[in-house]
Amino acid sequence: MRTRLRRWSLLLSATAVLVFPLASWAQLTPSDINTRIGTESHIGNITGHAKDAKSDYRRYCVVCHGELGDGNGESFPWVDPKPRDFQLGVFKCRSTPTGTLPTDEDLFDTIARGLDRSNMPQWSTFTKQQRADLVAWVKHFSPRWANEKPGTPIQIPAEPEVTAERIKAGRDVFARVQCWKCHGVLGQANGPSSSTLTDDLGRPIAAFNFTEGARPKCGDTDRDIYRIFMTGLDGTPMPSYADNIKPDEAWDLVFYLRTLMSQHSIEKEMAKKLDLKPVDPNAPAGQQ
Amino acid sequence: MTNRHKFAVILSAIVLLCCGAFISGNRVNAAGEGKITGAVKLDGTAPHMKGIDMSKDPYCVKAHASDPAHLETVVVGSGGGLENVVLYISEGLPAGASSEVPTSVPVFDQKNCVYTPHVLAMDVNQKFKVVTSDQTTHNIHPLPNPMTGNIPWNQSQPPGAAPVEKSWKTAEVIPVQCNIHPWMHGWFVVVKGPYATTDSNGSYTINNVPPGNYTVTAWQEDYGTQTQKVTVAAGGAGTANFTYKAK
Repeated sequence: MRTRLRRWSLLLSATAVLVFPLASWAQLTPSDINTRIGTESHIGNITGHAKDAKSDYRRYCVVCHGELGDGNGESFPWVDPKPRDFQLGVFKCRSTPTGTLPTDEDLFDTIARGLDRSNMPQWSTFTKQQRADLVAWVKHFSPRWANEKPGTPIQIPAEPEVTAERIKAGRDVFARVQCWKCHGVLGQANGPSSSTLTDDLGRPIAAFNFTEGARPKCGDTDRDIYRIFMTGLDGTPMPSYADNIKPDEAWDLVFYLRTLMSQHSIEKEMAKKLDLKPVDPNAPAGQQ
Repeated sequence: MTNRHKFAVILSAIVLLCCGAFISGNRVNAAGEGKITGAVKLDGTAPHMKGIDMSKDPYCVKAHASDPAHLETVVVGSGGGLENVVLYISEGLPAGASSEVPTSVPVFDQKNCVYTPHVLAMDVNQKFKVVTSDQTTHNIHPLPNPMTGNIPWNQSQPPGAAPVEKSWKTAEVIPVQCNIHPWMHGWFVVVKGPYATTDSNGSYTINNVPPGNYTVTAWQEDYGTQTQKVTVAAGGAGTANFTYKAK
């Protein structure tokens, strides 16, 4: 009786594993991933094919991002920030709202741009076709693309002209939504909450320091900066402000952030003439 | 029985129940619905809940000037009742009954730099709302496992921000945090089917339970889960009381 019960239960549990694969943090297997080898990407009129990126990935990417795309390559222990885990399908640099998949163009741009202050270089030597193939390859690691569509990119209105009023208004936005809690009143990444920040996997992470000449991780054009705080950097403490900053105010904030950056800019000159003071963290909300 | 065999038996039970759920997928008549009631108690001395240092944000310190904040990992009320325990039906629910999503919208408030309630239970696909009552900026950052189908997101809520309305696709216990105020930790407990959360006396009632034989699971963030078998007669009430041993 006992043995029969055991035999049955083993048979049934084997069925359970086959029929009801329980989702968990457990890694995907190479065969799971290989079922998605037909993944494509579409960048303008270029179509990328995952299968065509295999050799480029093995040559240039695998050392950090790993054979299974889980960010656990040979270099994993030695690099910080840690390589992205493509299986999770969670990406910092997106044009799409928080909690949604990035577009193919977003990943295409990230590969070319690289990620400043990380081990991810600018892969500007690849042809567009190679990059498009790599986008498809990156996507094939995550089951998310099989079940979801990328988010709808946020609308960015045309950039208005910089004025002193806009810079002052941007300072008010900086005070109201309290960017300084992490980034500091001067943008030096020394706000009261900066020392305890962690990413989604619990690893320490630093807020962006505007004053040391570094480029923002997801691009350094005005539009890139607009996009960063309106979509948030998923996987990090940087939230989306899309619900709380109006498009026009967002441009004001971009201009104010330029005044904090060490690089020369029209905004910086204007702020100097205005004798703009940093926000006061001790004033009540809305009156800084 | 070795652990391996226990595991095998448990897995086969899951298979049988899953198959059962698929086969007996008849829609249930709402008229005959009953409920499951009970209480959850802590046996032993309630653990000491540490105070919270909110000095990172003077607004939060001021909000707790007369009522010091402390962790809410284990909240024990009168008579040893355990608060914030989520109870749900883990086995036995007909497929039709578990696909009905409640229309009520549970609310998760950020008030005085803590989450109220500390634990918010909800059904799969049920809408819930995150609001802020504070004059300081929070970021609401749930951390589900992206492999389950629930996707992490992160939104700011400055003073006066409009509510954030969302739902979750799959049953999962999801930690919630605010990166600006690192002491702020809460839980979204997403379950399939009817559920209840214990009040300050540890009491609960799961409503809208069709007649049948069920396994009820109790979830407590620190002590984990316990299960019990319950039978609900048409229009009647089943009882399941749980006791957790203090660590």
